[in-house]
Amino acid sequence: MTLTTSRRGFLAATAATGAVLFVGLRPGGAMAAAATDTSLNPFVRIDADGRVTAIIKHVEMGQGPSTGLATLIAEELGMRMDQMAYDFAPSNPQVYNNLLFGPMQGTGGSTAMANSFEQYRRAGAAAREMLIAAAAQEWGVDAGSLDIVDGRITGAGQDASIGDFVAAASALDAPAEPRLKEASEFRLIGNADVRRLDSAAKGNGTAKFAIDTYLPNQMVVMIARPAQRGATATDFDDSAATEVAGFIRAALLPNAAGVAVYAENTWSAMQARDALDVTWDTSAAETRSSEDIRDEIMVALDAEPTYNVTGADRAATDAALAEADQVVEQTFYFPLLAHAALEPLNCTIEQTEDGRVVLHDGTQIPTLVHGALAQILEMPMEQIEINTVLAGGSFGRRATPQADYQSEAAMAFAMTDRSRPVKLVYSREDDMRAGYYRPAFGHKIRVGLDAGGQITGWDHRIAGQPVIKGTPFEAAFVKDGVDHSSVEGTSDTPYRIPGAVFGLTDIEKATTTLWWRAVGHTHTAYAMEVMMDMVARAAGADPVAYRLQYLDADGADQARMAGVLRLAAEKAGWGNPQDGRAQGVAVHKSFGSYVAEVVEVSGTPEDGIRIEKVTCAVDCGIAVNPDTVKAQMEGGIGYGIGHNMRDQITLTDGVVDQYNYPDYEPLRIGDIGEIEVHVVPSTAPPSGAGEPGTPPAAPALANAIAAVSDLRIGSLPMDEAGVSFA
Amino acid sequence: MAISLNLNGQTHSVEADPDTPLLWVIRDELKMTGTKFGCGVASCGACTVHLNGEPVRSCQTYLGDVEDAEITTIEAIGEDRIGAALQQAWVELDVVQCGYCQSGQIMSAVGLLAENPKPSAEEIDSYMHGNACRCATYQRIRAGIERASEILEA
Repeated sequence: MTLTTSRRGFLAATAATGAVLFVGLRPGGAMAAAATDTSLNPFVRIDADGRVTAIIKHVEMGQGPSTGLATLIAEELGMRMDQMAYDFAPSNPQVYNNLLFGPMQGTGGSTAMANSFEQYRRAGAAAREMLIAAAAQEWGVDAGSLDIVDGRITGAGQDASIGDFVAAASALDAPAEPRLKEASEFRLIGNADVRRLDSAAKGNGTAKFAIDTYLPNQMVVMIARPAQRGATATDFDDSAATEVAGFIRAALLPNAAGVAVYAENTWSAMQARDALDVTWDTSAAETRSSEDIRDEIMVALDAEPTYNVTGADRAATDAALAEADQVVEQTFYFPLLAHAALEPLNCTIEQTEDGRVVLHDGTQIPTLVHGALAQILEMPMEQIEINTVLAGGSFGRRATPQADYQSEAAMAFAMTDRSRPVKLVYSREDDMRAGYYRPAFGHKIRVGLDAGGQITGWDHRIAGQPVIKGTPFEAAFVKDGVDHSSVEGTSDTPYRIPGAVFGLTDIEKATTTLWWRAVGHTHTAYAMEVMMDMVARAAGADPVAYRLQYLDADGADQARMAGVLRLAAEKAGWGNPQDGRAQGVAVHKSFGSYVAEVVEVSGTPEDGIRIEKVTCAVDCGIAVNPDTVKAQMEGGIGYGIGHNMRDQITLTDGVVDQYNYPDYEPLRIGDIGEIEVHVVPSTAPPSGAGEPGTPPAAPALANAIAAVSDLRIGSLPMDEAGVSFA
Repeated sequence: MAISLNLNGQTHSVEADPDTPLLWVIRDELKMTGTKFGCGVASCGACTVHLNGEPVRSCQTYLGDVEDAEITTIEAIGEDRIGAALQQAWVELDVVQCGYCQSGQIMSAVGLLAENPKPSAEEIDSYMHGNACRCATYQRIRAGIERASEILEA
């Protein structure tokens, strides 16, 4: 490593009193350091008082990247976690891009740790080497004799705060290849005692979410939307609305998707909107009902699929099934699902005194929002800033490729003189009915077994509404017509299934569809794992042992999947449920992580099933914050189980039937007795944790219910299939 | 009309219709943002505040009905020994994920521990049923309440 005093030395001099060291990337991508943040986009900021701030490029929606990325910086820099602060990065797709998304800043697909693991460590390590170099120069000692421990530079008989060397270090060039720690040297990465940095603020009401944006003189906008999907607003009468105190005005959105109601505050906006009489043109509106969508899917499952996903020999599979000793068959249906995050969608736009525009938002994909705003407001992107704030949950919803709600806010803002900030707020009903659902899907699987119970053919047909086709992500995720998100978890399963053929047929969308925590895996894992269970039972085999046969250990993928399956089974006491209870198991790989879950239930479907315990084993590579990984498994399990127990979005003549939580009932505290999570120690690079806990949860529950009752649930939600829950 | 409100020990004069939900007075008028809007129909508990020491859903509580009441929000519940114990437990166990529901969870949990200092798991589940957490942090909410109970006992 070589460090040279750069020509930017004057920066340190000018910053000597309130010195700051930033380490981050130059626009060209090179790691660099500076004393101001105008010359580069930093990953870490170090103040003269020794305070270290991690600049978080991912949105915090509960999954923990603010703690996680701060951990990476603290680990390499030599800090304690209680010395760390965090701040969210501005929108800049060149520097803060998700390295797995290309030139796009975004949070999704459980990639925050996977794509940041080296990048943030490098920033921390570079800062460490620069601070040490500056101190070594000042003290006239060898840099190799110095270390940073808990924010203090120590060694060679010296001891000082890193803050003392911020000014000098900011005059140095950042090392191109800072030395990163070996895994054996980690103090914080993998340490289950590391706590979240946002717990206190979220427990005392001081944490600020997007909806907590209150700017001076702001207006609240709510949008009157059509009941029937796709209807357009042609006119409105606001005479009753003008009677509402605080009502300002109403205006047709330029895309005719609704009418913007402007008011002095939220309650006034809600009342004025209720009082508004809108004329809707329904000639091009959606008229189908959920039953029609379901019928279309079922018809498609019985027809020749459009796509043969892997190009497998269908004739050979047909022959294997024709010759099979027994054929196990099941059809599955998965309804539309809403994300229903607790913070209703909202964002706030303001124009600053110097004519720039700032959006305050908890978006998952700032780059797409940034572009949408530039287009609608007819401003260059450089004059638009996105202030990312906490998101009160998202689960994929704050990540529409269309930047849906932000575009609405921008349209509403553009219809004003821009002198007052505009805060767009969805009601819970808006949030529930605005579309962007987990698409409806169907699967039909036929599996042939030989006399020994071994699989000879697996004919798997999928039909549903693609999520990614037609979006900016199409180039990356749609290959030869196959939207990967429709089939992920089936054709790429680690199971080595003989004679497997996967067919896919796209169904025309009746609503806008969107990724929803774990995307395609939300239905594919259910179909695969319920089917595996049915096949194991038909073969007279133990469901765990049977699965392991198809996960032979000579492949790393298979070994890791078998590893979590064995661990979950062992920890759950597989095969020995408590008296009066039954167990079900499922294992699935998603987003690079392997998760097995054993659900133990009591009761019966008729009298009420009680979910007593869920035992989970996860292998997500290096678990940067193991307790966060555990929390994500707990939450992912709850998300998967809750929706599949009793939730669905249905349409009647194009109108969404559900309106609010009373008819889209959230998982409640008493629904799951206990969750126990085991994190597999690993040296593999970190993969995802936000989503992979969700996919195995519902099939494990379904398999447990089948173990007590022989009831096989093919169509979800479970309560509609005849299961009551205690 | 001006209505006087006693909130967190301070008196505020609020110009609003008596039918205005307390939630929107707290948030939009007083700019105290710890109390959250989740559903507007008393189905999620994110807006829970205390009225004379009892948890209520502020989205279904109206300004005109609370003029003589003592209202406490999450911003002041840490001054209460039960509130402080819960906040300590919440940090110890990292209960939160997105955190949006947690003000309401803690406000309800204070109500539970005030009337039942050592609740069983079933009693916790029953009392906290109306507080939804979409991140499903329920395991830790239960553990957090049990931990707060221990802290208070010590």
